[in-house]
Amino acid sequence: MITEAEIDSRYQRLDREARQGGYNLNPDIAFTRNLVRGLLVNEQRYGYMACPCRIASGKKEEDLDIICPCDYRDPDLNDYGACYCALYVSGDVVAGKSTAGPIPERRPSRAERKEARLKGAREALGTLAYPVWRCRVCGYLCAMNNPPLVCPICKAKQDRFERFL
Amino acid sequence: MKLEHVPGTNRGTVVLYALSTCGWCGKTKDLLKEMGVEHSYVYVDLLPEKELEEALREVERFNPQGSFPTLVIDNRKVIVGFREKEIRETLG
Repeated sequence: MITEAEIDSRYQRLDREARQGGYNLNPDIAFTRNLVRGLLVNEQRYGYMACPCRIASGKKEEDLDIICPCDYRDPDLNDYGACYCALYVSGDVVAGKSTAGPIPERRPSRAERKEARLKGAREALGTLAYPVWRCRVCGYLCAMNNPPLVCPICKAKQDRFERFL
Repeated sequence: MKLEHVPGTNRGTVVLYALSTCGWCGKTKDLLKEMGVEHSYVYVDLLPEKELEEALREVERFNPQGSFPTLVIDNRKVIVGFREKEIRETLG
C-alpha cells in the first residue's frame, strides 16, 4: 500500500525537479497526486516508475521509453501542452490560458515496437571516431565510448541513452 | 477474464478496458458511473500474466495502439481516451 506521506514526499521531489528543469507539474493537485500514487504503485510493482497511463511489460528494456519522464513528454508538451498522462503540463496550462485534456498516444504499438527493435539490431555501426549518444528524455548529445551514467542535463539514467550516430 | 459489473441504464453492452493507476481511466470510470450507464470494466494491469495478454489482444483488436482507456460499445463502437463529449453523446 502507498501511504499519503509517500505521495507527499514523491510529489514534492518531482515538483522540485520539474521546476529546476523548467517543467511544470499539473496544477490540478488531486489529479496529480493520483498520478504520483500510480507511479509509486508501478515502482513497487515493476521496480521503476513506468507511466501510470500505459501498460508496462515488466521487462525494463522494453519499458525504458515509458519510464517517467517518458521519451514522449517533450514532443507532447510541445504539441498538446501536456504529456500523455498529464503529469507534466505547459506554462500556458499553469497560467490557465489552456487546459490539459486527453491526447493521442504517440508511443508506437506493440507490433511497431517489435519491428523497430529488430530493425535496430540489423543496423550496421558507423565509422566515427566516437559513437554519439542521445538522451531520449531531453535530447542531450555526447560523443564518447559510452553514455554518461547520468544525463548531465536532465539526470535521466544511462539506460535512457540511445546510439544516435 | 473477470469483468466487474456496474448496474445502471442499459445502453447496450458497454465494456471499459482500464488501468488501475491511470488518471484518465479513473475519470472515464467516474463519468460512466455519474451517467448511470450499465457497464463492465476490467483493470488490465491487475490481471494475472496469461489473462493480461488475452486482454491486451482484445484491446488491440478494437484499438491497434493498445492504449487506455478503451471503451467498447456493442463490440462495434470504440472510444479511445477520456473523450467526455463523445462518451456523453454516445451513451447519454
